[in-house]
Amino acid sequence: MKIGVLALQGDFAEHISMLKKLGVETTEVRLPEHLKNLDGLIIPGGESTTIGKLAVAYNLLEPLKQFGKDHAIWGTCAGAIFLSKDVSRDQPLLGLMDIKVQRNAFGRQVDSFETDLEIDELMKATGTEHAYHAVFIRAPLIESVSGNAKVLSALEDGRIVAAQEGHLLATSFHPELTSDTRFHEYFISLAS
Amino acid sequence: MESKTGTWLEKKGLAQMLKGGVIMDVVNAEQAKIAEDAGACAVMALERVPADIRADGGVARMSDPDMILKIMDAVSIPVMAKCRIGHFVEAQILEAIGVDYIDESEVLTPADEEHHILKHNFNVPFVCGCRNIGEALRRIGEGAAMIRTKGEAGTGDVVEAVRHARTVIGAIRQLETMGDEELMTFAKNNGASYELVKEVKTLGRMPVVNFAAGGVATPADAALMMQLGVDGVFVGSGIFKSGDPARRATAIVKAVTHYQDASILADVSKNLGEAMVGRNTSQMPEGEKMAGRGW
Repeated sequence: MKIGVLALQGDFAEHISMLKKLGVETTEVRLPEHLKNLDGLIIPGGESTTIGKLAVAYNLLEPLKQFGKDHAIWGTCAGAIFLSKDVSRDQPLLGLMDIKVQRNAFGRQVDSFETDLEIDELMKATGTEHAYHAVFIRAPLIESVSGNAKVLSALEDGRIVAAQEGHLLATSFHPELTSDTRFHEYFISLAS
Repeated sequence: MESKTGTWLEKKGLAQMLKGGVIMDVVNAEQAKIAEDAGACAVMALERVPADIRADGGVARMSDPDMILKIMDAVSIPVMAKCRIGHFVEAQILEAIGVDYIDESEVLTPADEEHHILKHNFNVPFVCGCRNIGEALRRIGEGAAMIRTKGEAGTGDVVEAVRHARTVIGAIRQLETMGDEELMTFAKNNGASYELVKEVKTLGRMPVVNFAAGGVATPADAALMMQLGVDGVFVGSGIFKSGDPARRATAIVKAVTHYQDASILADVSKNLGEAMVGRNTSQMPEGEKMAGRGW
């Protein structure tokens, strides 16, 4: 089992240290050849415009789309934006997931927040019962899911913050900033 | 469950999202768009870049909120803005208009020659400059959620940024090898909190994100700072005081991502046009240096 983390920009080091904590072999991905022999890929938080432009500049868009056809990919925050089909503005996207995303949906940094989420799928998969503490930073919102994409988690008011489409996973929040490893464990199970 | 805003994790977390990126000084919406298109992970909105502040002299203050708001409207990436050291009302104003990060900056004329802002009192996060680990930990103690080396802004001379990054990173290495009984004396000698000194030793790094700033003018300068061990780079006058800002900005963004790949660095360094006209800091009178501001 080897999971890559897209290391163009953002908090890739935090994901890598989470994976190491779980005993998973990991590597930084900056160029297409770095995707070889990986079982899955995490696209970290960061600025989605920066990550998108660097992916275009180093010819990563097509290889990432191909990789996502038969491998697990998980995008957190900027990564979720990058995985989506539509963000209502012009920026490079992978378009792998049937989700529509709104960037900076909660406002500016002073509106960033932490909250607890009850995520049934996650609790079932990890055999745990406690809520998941989620950290949202200038977070995007998943406006809608379609096709084979399904809602994994929503806020109390129904706004979608996590979605899954087969082996593809998108979260508006940042599991890599907490000490709770359940989301990473869940993703590893999708990758194996 | 109630949501919480303005937490330490939120403040520190936004800086973590900027890692591996370039934050660029911009003076209007048009420059902000150029920076965003080049792949900047954030912009610093200010009326004059440090090179012009140096040339103009006089008192440098917080920028016009209207000009900052126009930049916030123009781009989707985070917008930072500077207030004077110790000027907590300028900070209150910047928080009220909704900037994403405040830089309590030595580039502006200090408003208080003894005290910095108590940054824990704010919901908006702060970044502060430092020359050494003691200064960094004092700022973190006051609530700074991100640190940058001061370097010498507006010079295009990277030597001070290198000195400050090496000083900070060297001290972290020194701490890692120290016995626990030596930490209190280290805290005393560096004017830093004992608790934060202990935390640095345990983590083997700063407890918050640490960028380089002050004199970065080329892709090679940016990659140099990354190889020295910082988390990302601020570029002030270096971009919009150069011959071809869009091209240079894109090249510096690529250099920060591929900082360990010399063949990519060679490629992005080609044909960038004129770099900003530098000022050699070793021949600069002490009174003109900005890095000494801050206590």
